[in-house]
Amino acid sequence: MNGIPMEHGLILAAILFAIGLAGLMFRRNMVFVLMSLEIMLNSAGLAFIVAGTAWEQPEGQAMFLLVITLAAAEASVGLALLIQLYQRFRTLDTDAVSGMRG
Amino acid sequence: MGVSMSYLPLTFLLPLLGTFILALSRGHMSERGSVWVGVSSVGLAALVTAFITIQFMSGDQSAQTLTLWTWISVGNFTPTIGLALDGLSITMLGIITGVGFLIHLFAAWYMRGEEGITRFFAYMNLFVFSMVLLVLGDNLMLLFLGWEGVGICSYLLIGYYYRDSANGAAAFKAFLITRIGDVFLAIGLFLIFAELGTLNIAAILEQAPAHWATGDSLVRWAALMFLGGALGKSAQLPLHTWLADAMAGPTPVSALIHAATMVTAGVYLIARMHGIFDLAPDVLHLVGVIGAATLLMAGFAALAQTDIKRILAYSTMSQIGYMFLALGVGAYDSAIFHLMTHAFFKALLFLSAGAVIVSCHHEQDMRKLGGLWRRLPLAYMGFIVGGAALSALPLVTAGFYSKDDILWQSLAADQKGLLLAGLVGALLTSLYTVRLIIGTFHGEMKSDHARNAEPGRGLQHGLPLILLAVLSTFIGAMIHPPLSGVLPASPGESTEAGHTALELIAAGTAIAGIALAAWLFLRKREALARLVSGGPGASLWTLWNQAWGFDLLFDRLLVRPFRILVFILRRDIIDALFGLVASITKGLNAGLTRTQTGRVRTYATSMVLGATVVLIFLAFGQ
Repeated sequence: MNGIPMEHGLILAAILFAIGLAGLMFRRNMVFVLMSLEIMLNSAGLAFIVAGTAWEQPEGQAMFLLVITLAAAEASVGLALLIQLYQRFRTLDTDAVSGMRG
Repeated sequence: MGVSMSYLPLTFLLPLLGTFILALSRGHMSERGSVWVGVSSVGLAALVTAFITIQFMSGDQSAQTLTLWTWISVGNFTPTIGLALDGLSITMLGIITGVGFLIHLFAAWYMRGEEGITRFFAYMNLFVFSMVLLVLGDNLMLLFLGWEGVGICSYLLIGYYYRDSANGAAAFKAFLITRIGDVFLAIGLFLIFAELGTLNIAAILEQAPAHWATGDSLVRWAALMFLGGALGKSAQLPLHTWLADAMAGPTPVSALIHAATMVTAGVYLIARMHGIFDLAPDVLHLVGVIGAATLLMAGFAALAQTDIKRILAYSTMSQIGYMFLALGVGAYDSAIFHLMTHAFFKALLFLSAGAVIVSCHHEQDMRKLGGLWRRLPLAYMGFIVGGAALSALPLVTAGFYSKDDILWQSLAADQKGLLLAGLVGALLTSLYTVRLIIGTFHGEMKSDHARNAEPGRGLQHGLPLILLAVLSTFIGAMIHPPLSGVLPASPGESTEAGHTALELIAAGTAIAGIALAAWLFLRKREALARLVSGGPGASLWTLWNQAWGFDLLFDRLLVRPFRILVFILRRDIIDALFGLVASITKGLNAGLTRTQTGRVRTYATSMVLGATVVLIFLAFGQ
């Protein structure tokens, strides 16, 4: 790969990861929490791709395949929880579900 | 080994099986099922016992043993699970399973519709199991296992109605006081083992005369320790206070445990260990003196009770006092004979009392009963027959033959003091028995409970009462326990001088007592009431009603000092140190609890922070 240096790709991945992390920590709506998680996973995948391309190794792409599989599984569990949350509490606010407090 | 011996383990395995079935049903069994399992297990054990008894009586009646397996093996301490069958244990076995079965059958009627009937029968079966082990064990270790087993069952059944905390306290009291006796018994066991190196009863009785001279101080200590154990279990002075409170349990429990079987375990123990007591004549004499003192004390106390079950409880103490008196003069077989007849007529009295109590909607205060003889004819019959046997009405009752035998033996042993106590006790017995019957069944009905009494019906109610009533008459006295060869000869076997005269005196005492009581309680009621309503009569009444104030004495002497000690120890400085550990843990717990907010966001944030810290350490920590 030529033209785009590896640092740029990694910085983009770091920025995406920070955005996802901030969303995870500060968003209360569960849809956005799940989206933030997806962004974080994809930023990690981007870092693998960038590094794999830069070093001309195939493992980067193999790891990305693993990451998207994981993301799919995570999304299915997360969405199931989201549906349950909405059915039981009629809200998507994660702070409302604090019955395990203390 | 006869063929019957191989069936012997069934006598305790069947009740144990009953316990397991009932306990493992975990409350899912129906009342009918529980009754079936609970009653039939003891009934089958009684059948096995009858079979064994027939085999035993038709054989040469020699003692046989059956060793099942070695229990523990530590050095030379190897107690076995071994059973011994001889005249004494077969007599006890017959009483436990036979009378026990009748009481179980009656309990099926008495307990119907009660909460936790499965629990009740599980405990009752466990009790029969323990009691059978107690009398069949061929070594003191197994006897001790049964001894403790019956103690725990007694505790559980006294506290059966656990919702009332007073019943729990009564159970606790019974357990603690008998525990004092148990400690003595355990020390006695240690002493015997240290001296003789065995706990096998036959071996002890064989080796003891060679090992100790008569009156040796160690054998006296051993006998005293055994006596201590017997006093606790058999409710004799001074460890007797628990028995009256033990009446808090259901009435069949009082009949089985606190009249017919468990409380006579002390008598059995002393009779079983007669070889030790014969080597310590002064301790044996003490047994008789304690028996005489208890029978008088309890006789007077029974005169001033109003609860019909408490009257019977004090009467039980008094009758066991007679057994101890017989043991004390060396008339072991008279004691066992009285134990047997007492089991019949006291079980009958308690079951009849149970019939009255259920019929009168759990009213057991004599001041609120009265005039029941027309309404409850079967219970009345039970009280009349049982009461006649208790007060030893001549010729027709079982109690007469056994009690007369005890009095005669004490005369033959030349113990005039004990004889006199026995005669005074007989007079007291007649007095309180007649007072009990007149107060419960005659006169006017004193409450609505009595007026609305519903007589019991059915086989479960009638059969035990009728069978026990038959056994309480002279028919029961025709059963002669096959004790010759097991227990040493009684003092009265060598002579007959004065026997007839004493029989006449004893019979006269009983009849005079009954006549006096009938005159007092039927004709002179008002005069009696006036006598106890004020002045010295009232104080005497209170004294007897409180059973000579032993409870108060023990409270002042032991319970209160103990409580004060506990109160002082509560403010211990060393305790504060341990308290500090606890409060630090508690504080940390409170702090950590606060981090559990239940918010996913906080958890995520703290994970991020933690991961960051770890990463920083990994990057720059070297």
